[in-house]
Amino acid sequence: MKTRILLEDKQFEITILRLCHQLIEVHGDFKGSAIIGLQPRGVLLAKRIQKVLQQILKVKKINCGELDTTFFRDDFRKKELIPNSTNIDFIIEEKNVILVDDVLFTGRTIRAGLDAMLAFGRPNDVELLVLVDRRFSRHVPIQAKYVGITIDSIEQQNVKVDWKETDGKDKVTLIDK
Amino acid sequence: MSHLSVNHLLGIKDLTKNDIELILNTAQNFKEVINRPIKKVPSLRDITVANLFFENSTRTRLSFELAQKRLSADIINFSASNSSVKKGETLVDTVNNILAMKVDMIVMRHSSPGAAIFLSKKINAKIVNAGDGAHEHPTQALLDAFSMQEKLGDLKNKKIVIVGDILHSRVALSNIFCLQKLGAKVKVCGPQTLIPKYITSLGIEVETDLHKALEWCDVANMLRIQLERQDIKYFPSLREYTMLYGLNKEMLDKLSKKIVIMHPGPINRGVEITSDVADSKQSIILEQVENGVAVRMAVMYLLAGRKGD
Repeated sequence: MKTRILLEDKQFEITILRLCHQLIEVHGDFKGSAIIGLQPRGVLLAKRIQKVLQQILKVKKINCGELDTTFFRDDFRKKELIPNSTNIDFIIEEKNVILVDDVLFTGRTIRAGLDAMLAFGRPNDVELLVLVDRRFSRHVPIQAKYVGITIDSIEQQNVKVDWKETDGKDKVTLIDK
Repeated sequence: MSHLSVNHLLGIKDLTKNDIELILNTAQNFKEVINRPIKKVPSLRDITVANLFFENSTRTRLSFELAQKRLSADIINFSASNSSVKKGETLVDTVNNILAMKVDMIVMRHSSPGAAIFLSKKINAKIVNAGDGAHEHPTQALLDAFSMQEKLGDLKNKKIVIVGDILHSRVALSNIFCLQKLGAKVKVCGPQTLIPKYITSLGIEVETDLHKALEWCDVANMLRIQLERQDIKYFPSLREYTMLYGLNKEMLDKLSKKIVIMHPGPINRGVEITSDVADSKQSIILEQVENGVAVRMAVMYLLAGRKGD
């Protein structure tokens, strides 16, 4: 199995920091905004971004939820679909929501995420933030507004994002299956 | 394990511990779903379910129906009282006629033990047993276990007593299988005449003194006296039964710890349980009903979602 590291250490940190500053440019003090991480791996990115934003903006709590898309997926019966938890403890009605996922590939998870989110109300505005954009591989017309890195990859490859909190080290790896 | 080991839910007996845990964990997610402002998910939008109730039911039928609607399945309902069963049609014919209309899943309640198992061998659709005679009522056992877990956490070594008409109860048998698989300790309590002889062969202890049973347990599951199934008199009078096996507030208050009170419904208030106990804080009877929808959603979701089917 051939692997190649695309992002790690300082570079990883800078990328996250840049994404946070881009968010602040648009959302200001985040009073009318909320972050929603998609289960399972987007939640880790959402939490990291929440932490960094809170440090930069010196605020106590930026709304950050976790959303599971399992029941809204279109590949039911093609995959084992065991759900994760959903936890959104704020009202998303009239909020500017930033959906967060680690890797954007076919776009199907995001499509399911948009459907799943509507069960919690009608947001004012929805944006998409991803750490890795695997371009030219979309199955549905979905693009991210904020992107950490853009990569060219083929279907036979996997992209894995590791997190300090759960995997011991921040890094993005491209893996040949 | 991320899928069920069975194609149908015919009884708890056929499930593994993993299956039960998978259903209960998935039900947790569905409980969150049914507490959202919009309580519906599209998972089963391509599935048609037929609810076949050859025997009366309010709670279970409504619970299944609601679970199916929350999963976006299409449903048709059937009850034996106003159907061709009365004209002499056989079970397999009735069901095959329904399946000819392209139905993917059958939820069935029937008064004959083994009806669901019989059907699963004859037809090609997923079957959920919603109670077959005095045999099994698997979704009730699963929702009972789910409700107990919510209150007590892991059920390993927890003590549960099932009180009342064990002989005619499908809830009792399914509960016993389910709780044993989850590692709980189970006793049954009731008049000797309403306790089947085989019960000890399942590794279940029998206690005929309700006070002792209550002192021992963490949870008391009070069953209804099923007069409609009793062809002979099993005890002298309801009043005597209530005196010996009815649960009242006084008895609860005397116990050294607060136990959890359950009842699968419908309650005969003043017979197996008094109103003040049924409505007390220790009772989780209405939680059981709420959890029923979540558990049934989980069962149908997991059965419909088996990979490659």
